Amino acid sequence: MTAPVPVSLLVNGDPVEAIVLPRLNLADFLRDNLKLTGTHVGCEHGVCGACTVRVNGEIVRSCLILAVQAQGSSVETIEGLSDSGEIADLQAAFRERNALQCGYCTPGMLITAQDLLKHTSAPDRGAIRDHLSGNYCRCTGYQAIVDAVEATARARAERST
Amino acid sequence: MTVTRAAVDPLSVLDRPNSYIGKTVPRPNLDRLLQGRGQYVSDLELPRMAHVVFLRSPYAHAKIVAINADIAKRMPGVISVVTGRELEAVITPWVGVLSHLKGLKSAPQYAIAIDRVCWQGEAVAAIVATNRAAAEDAMEKVAVDYEELEAVTDMRTALDPSTPVIHPSLGDNLAFERIHSAGDVDHAFSESDAVVEADFVFGRHTGVTLEPRAVVADWNAAEARLTIYQGTQAPHMVQNIAALHLGLKDAQVRVVCNDVGGSFGIKVHIYADEMATYALSKLLRRPVKFVADRIESFNTDIHARDHRCKGRVGVRQDGTITAFEIDDLTGIGPYSMYPRTSAIEANQVVNLVGGPYITQNYRARARVVFQNKNVMCQYRAVGHPIACSVTEGLVDLAAAKIGMDPVEIRRRNLIADNAYPCASPSGMKFEQLSHHASLAKLLQMMRYDALRTEQAALRKRNIHRGIGIASFIEVTNPSAAFYGVGGAKISSQDGVAVRMDAQGSVICQTSITEQGQGSESLTAQIVGSVLGVSMERVRVILGDTDNTPYGGGTWASRGAGIGGEAALQAAKILRSNIVDVAAAILQSNPAALDIVDNHVVNTSDGVPRIELNELARIVYFRPDTLPPGIQPELMATRHFVPRQYPFAFTNGVQASWLEVDTDTGFVKLLKHWVVEDCGTIINPQLVDEQIRGGVVQGLGAALFEKCIYDERGQLINANMADYLVPMSGEMPDIEVAHVVSPTLESELGAKGAGEAGTAGAAAAVANAVNDALRPFGATITEIPLTPQVILTALGRI
Ligand code: FES
Ligand code: FES
Repeated sequence: MTAPVPVSLLVNGDPVEAIVLPRLNLADFLRDNLKLTGTHVGCEHGVCGACTVRVNGEIVRSCLILAVQAQGSSVETIEGLSDSGEIADLQAAFRERNALQCGYCTPGMLITAQDLLKHTSAPDRGAIRDHLSGNYCRCTGYQAIVDAVEATARARAERST
Repeated sequence: MTVTRAAVDPLSVLDRPNSYIGKTVPRPNLDRLLQGRGQYVSDLELPRMAHVVFLRSPYAHAKIVAINADIAKRMPGVISVVTGRELEAVITPWVGVLSHLKGLKSAPQYAIAIDRVCWQGEAVAAIVATNRAAAEDAMEKVAVDYEELEAVTDMRTALDPSTPVIHPSLGDNLAFERIHSAGDVDHAFSESDAVVEADFVFGRHTGVTLEPRAVVADWNAAEARLTIYQGTQAPHMVQNIAALHLGLKDAQVRVVCNDVGGSFGIKVHIYADEMATYALSKLLRRPVKFVADRIESFNTDIHARDHRCKGRVGVRQDGTITAFEIDDLTGIGPYSMYPRTSAIEANQVVNLVGGPYITQNYRARARVVFQNKNVMCQYRAVGHPIACSVTEGLVDLAAAKIGMDPVEIRRRNLIADNAYPCASPSGMKFEQLSHHASLAKLLQMMRYDALRTEQAALRKRNIHRGIGIASFIEVTNPSAAFYGVGGAKISSQDGVAVRMDAQGSVICQTSITEQGQGSESLTAQIVGSVLGVSMERVRVILGDTDNTPYGGGTWASRGAGIGGEAALQAAKILRSNIVDVAAAILQSNPAALDIVDNHVVNTSDGVPRIELNELARIVYFRPDTLPPGIQPELMATRHFVPRQYPFAFTNGVQASWLEVDTDTGFVKLLKHWVVEDCGTIINPQLVDEQIRGGVVQGLGAALFEKCIYDERGQLINANMADYLVPMSGEMPDIEVAHVVSPTLESELGAKGAGEAGTAGAAAAVANAVNDALRPFGATITEIPLTPQVILTALGRI
């Protein structure tokens, strides 16, 4: 089946209707159809994590799922997470720590890190490194990213006590 | 931080009140990237923009017999299918040579291959369509008839008479050879108590920038102008080359470079497919976008290293190193890359081997040969990891041979910190290095003696940990001696223009570029400091040949040292211009005034006299109130290039602490230390992060990264799943410290820091692995140090 099919989903809270080819992956759909260029494409085969988005609250590699598979779901991208303020503290920690250089891996890193912080309140450095180990960064050497995530975890823990 | 000399005079601009120089301040404009709102070329869309994909040769070496695109041309969305022959009408071929690398030869290379392909991945046709999917669909229907030719793949046999010559017009497969001899090497070896020899093997690896190479070329036929949006490190070089080969004037070409998703030397070259994209835009009279996919990146982004280097060192029983000798062989693919050439790395290896050490006896031969593999060229820390691994590997072997501690042998041979200026045996001029201060600091950071004790205790429990040390020198701030003397139009100077706007804010246009290193930040920090203006009021414009002074861009660690000094000098002029106007307005004397914290103040008591926005208002809107004869110039431009030293050499030392699992061959990195001397530090955090990123790239080469070819020249691991790179789980924490020896060639005193991490990391790791394996009598002089290599050395497989 190669004819276009209709899909409807929520993207960053907004309803989206589109007619897409079944072979179109979600990353290309977000980038090309919706012009949400914050979702980056590094490898197109699920290895680098640059295209990470949230689908129904779970992180996924948007290059590995098809737009039609997102039918009926809620997709959140870096633009949505930025505008809602959900990761403002994490972004500030990245800025403070220079946890990004070229910034190409950064949206995927932030979304993956936020996923860890939602599930684990006090991850140690090893756990942070593990959780991020599917996200490729060629520029930073990772240490600054680990520092920024660790600092955010600590600050959040303090705020919640 | 240790400062080696009090170079900074007390009235220097570096000491101005509220200076940002030497302070960690967050990079301006990071929010854009943090919110996913950067603008990378891969994000760019223009009206009427078409997409190009390239059909690439599946063979490493083959004749193109026929191309049939009839079906493809009729497919939906297809605008054109263009072959090399058709494109030749728009763009001329090129030859990647430089005249100062005597004897370097290469063959004409075309934007799209015409009769013959010389590596797997060379483009044979361009398919242009209204969208990328349509172009890819059509590409599958282009039929090419090839006649496969024998591929030259092994550099060791590339020069054999029985090996086919890739470019018959060149006579043989030797692209370049350099022989160098200094001192009396034979005598020195004969006087040694021991001579140690080893064969060092360096795998081919590649940059794997996370954003692939991307370009949008937009020929505007009405204006007769080509705008090239490209993630490049050298916009003016791209402008010059594109114009040259398309038959345009430089002024008809504009190169714009916004955000760049990683570069590392990958994006300092101009690739055939990029040339083809410029030409296609001109041919088809519309914007054309090319974004490499990941497989194309692996097959066509320049590869790096690929050296086999025989090394020899002589040593006396007291640890004195008597001589170094190397014979280096490197394979560069079928063409010398244009316009920087693929001979620079081997040349650099000759320049750098033995560089940190006293001995003046040094003999070297480097040969660069053609192969039917992807092109090989400059990548981060050009030649440094090779030179450092060979030198430091030999020094460790010499130490082991005479039973001396690796630190002790270095202490006895590193050039003394007070011996400068001096020259290396290859003729490199050193202004001021700090090997001993750096080594001392490193040992203290890593608690060397305690670590040795720990290592010995663990060995008894069958845990095999190793310590590896690597001293290095690093070439930064390259002058015209790098490319200009060889005839390449790659600028070694950079320029900065600063101006004050009507609200007292400052705009600087600089010819250096930003790929995440922090060029914007360092420029704003310098300009803000020198002017006395807060950083928030400084905006930096870069990456646009229409809107920045002419300059080299950002490569070979030149941004801070060259572009930074230009910014400093321009800001000084603007400051004095502002103070002159202020003196006229305030009826004071320029010498009695200064600028601090956005105000013109009295030098004597610091009392603010006029805010800069008020001064700017008067200058721009009420110039009639100024005294007659005053014409304020709230703009200044300065350029800078180092003249006295062709390169600002820096130095550093790294140490690695790791554990080898002798059953599985796996290496676990435990800790890494770096001490580096890049002169004046503008932003400590940015320098440290440059170094950490560089170290991790070096660790990748040391342990994982290798482009694997089969004997027919097929790259068999051209994807991110099979080509391994460092991920966060495998990387250690990296401690960084500094010794500071500013260069006196500039007022700023900054040298580069971008290569340092990559320069020494692999050598430190290899030495640590060998240190761990010493009880087994195994020595490895090959990277990447994969489990297979380690288990083979241990005799386990
Ligand atoms: S682009 Fe999806 S994981 Fe790399
Ligand atoms: S910041 Fe460049 S890839 Fe991570």
